[in-house]
Amino acid sequence: MKFRTMLMASAMLASAAGFAVPAQAADDKEVQMLHWWTSGGEAAALNVLKQDLAKEGYAWKDVPVAGGGGEGAMTALKAMVAAGNPPTASQILGYFAIDYAEAGKLGDITSLATKEGWDKVVPKALQKFTITNGKWDAVPVNIHSVNWIWLNKAVMEKIGGTEPKTFDDFIALLDKAKKAGVIPLALGGQPWQEATLFDSVVASTGGIDFYKKAFIDLDPAALKSDTMKKAFDNLAKLKAYTDPNFAGRDWNLATAMVIKGDALVQVMGDWAKGEFVNANQKADKDFLCYRFPGTDGSVIYNTDMFAMFNVPADRKAAQLALADATMSISFQSAFNVVKGSVPARMDVPDTAFDACGKKGIADVKAANADGKFVGSMAQNYAQPPAIAGAYHDVVTKFFHGEIKTSDSAVTELIKAIDAAK
Amino acid sequence: MTELTVAPLADVTMPRPRRSLRGRMQGALPKLVLAPSFAAILVFVYGFILWTFYLSFTNSKAFMNPNLVGLSTYQKLWTWTFETDPPSNWYTAIVNMGLFGGLYVFFCLALGLTLAILIDQKIRGEGFLRPIYLYPLALSFIVTGTAWKLFLDPGIGLEKAVHDWGWTSFKFDWVVNPRMMIYCVAIAGIWASSGFVMALFLAGLRGIDGEILKAAQIDGASGFAMYRRIIIPIMRPVFFSALIILTHLAIKSYDLVLSVTGKNPGGAAELPSTFMYSFTFTRNQMAVGSASAIIMLMAIAAIMVPYLYSELREKSQ
Repeated sequence: MKFRTMLMASAMLASAAGFAVPAQAADDKEVQMLHWWTSGGEAAALNVLKQDLAKEGYAWKDVPVAGGGGEGAMTALKAMVAAGNPPTASQILGYFAIDYAEAGKLGDITSLATKEGWDKVVPKALQKFTITNGKWDAVPVNIHSVNWIWLNKAVMEKIGGTEPKTFDDFIALLDKAKKAGVIPLALGGQPWQEATLFDSVVASTGGIDFYKKAFIDLDPAALKSDTMKKAFDNLAKLKAYTDPNFAGRDWNLATAMVIKGDALVQVMGDWAKGEFVNANQKADKDFLCYRFPGTDGSVIYNTDMFAMFNVPADRKAAQLALADATMSISFQSAFNVVKGSVPARMDVPDTAFDACGKKGIADVKAANADGKFVGSMAQNYAQPPAIAGAYHDVVTKFFHGEIKTSDSAVTELIKAIDAAK
Repeated sequence: MTELTVAPLADVTMPRPRRSLRGRMQGALPKLVLAPSFAAILVFVYGFILWTFYLSFTNSKAFMNPNLVGLSTYQKLWTWTFETDPPSNWYTAIVNMGLFGGLYVFFCLALGLTLAILIDQKIRGEGFLRPIYLYPLALSFIVTGTAWKLFLDPGIGLEKAVHDWGWTSFKFDWVVNPRMMIYCVAIAGIWASSGFVMALFLAGLRGIDGEILKAAQIDGASGFAMYRRIIIPIMRPVFFSALIILTHLAIKSYDLVLSVTGKNPGGAAELPSTFMYSFTFTRNQMAVGSASAIIMLMAIAAIMVPYLYSELREKSQ
């Protein structure tokens, strides 16, 4: 009996953890918020939002989630919603927002959105996640982008490097670093990090239109094209520039290697900037931020959103107040200065941001205008989680040599995506 | 026992019918006390087993979907079972389960028994040594795993230390080599659990009747023969409980593998438990996750039921 108990315990662990969240009596002057920004600068930035709401007379109540990462929170949220006790709002990522919306679990804040004209200030591609069937049901807090490279300026000067503009420039730069005896590429060998790197490699190899065809449209011809094979080959080239101990490394440890000058460059989303800032480094003085070579002008984004759940009428006012405060220009600026991302509305002045932030804001504006603003496949903003998971599998297996050639990588990618559909 | 204490008292103070009522209530008390936990187990264990079984025949994705689609999720898992090049996640999970589970159970039993026998030699400082071996159990698996990951990391841990001592050709990079990672998970698991198995065996050793051992000594049994022929066979029930505990620890193991390997690089550190979790909760393929959970249950049942059956039948004979 015991072993069966244990098996079920593992099978039902997560949902049980969710059920354990006590059912709170909802107070109509209270905002119940599920999020995992509980430490450091993000928590401080979120305080701004709490104070804004307090001024309007709404109390803030964190919904406790065991464990720091988004994964545990998503599981807890699922259980709360299934139990019919959703929070006022929850931090949410990518396709999870669409899943909840299509299951009819999200509320409707269209009236506020129309009044404030959000559809004009939020990038069009991003509205895919905040509008379902014509109804606004979530608000974006920020825009992250993954096609950045972060370099240690001192190391860059030592090896006499300049900003790489193409993938070949990038390889040449990495070669220089290798000759100088520094680790060229700081990489954390975890599936999501390798897939995030591959997002940029694909956009660089085939251009952003190819990226769209392959990952947004899932066009089989693009997926099995020679360009995709070349992208895999380019990814394989990059592996030669990592240190031998990269497998399983956390992303922030890889960032630390760049900060300390042990490594030249890390390819990572702009959340890496937070690590530099925490280490008292200044943009353009201690570290450099460039777009991934060959992707300048394009933005491969992911975003944090607050999903607005379908709450009873007496809690609606608090929800609208939360949505309004989240979309306020002052909060969007204050929060994103700390978080390292850029505001999700494009009319926020860039005065408070550092050099990388200013470039980020300008890039988002330009990319949105040119139709070069696309969701990240690795981060779940191009395809639903099942397909993104299949993508992670293939990229990581290729990177670690389980899939041996780019030919079979392409075949496996199509097969895995089909199986996940 | 209750009968004995209650009956005389009742005889003096109460008329017969009420005594029997009270007696019956006394008799029912254990059942009443057990009922809530029995009901809870019925619902939360067996009820959810059935629920998971049902889900595995649907096409539930992010949320539960009541439409039955038959065996298609099992078909998926079945084809994945034989995909070896490149290995599918499910294939890797099964192979790793065999490697990790086998090594973990075998070495925990072997080390636990050896330690218990050594400590049982009436050595000095036993009270000091025993907690030392038992202590790893007090750490959660996630702490154990993180500590071992750092210790085995070639850049900062064991390999670097040995290099610094002068043996520069020493190489031990299993923890960053996807193909060898699962062995590091086993090392960490064995380190954490063998002390506990030692405590189990030690309790068993202490429970053996000294008369039997004396009789054996008189018959001229050597120390080794005594352990092999008498003591270890007597401890069969301890093996039995240790095996059950270790098997379920191995199969439910989740945090250990994630913390030692760092989120499954190369997809090489998959276990059935991580597979089940990722498909159910992060990849929104709840039906596939449920099917894998059911297959895990069947696999355990296939191992444990015959074993339980033979053990229990022998006892009743």
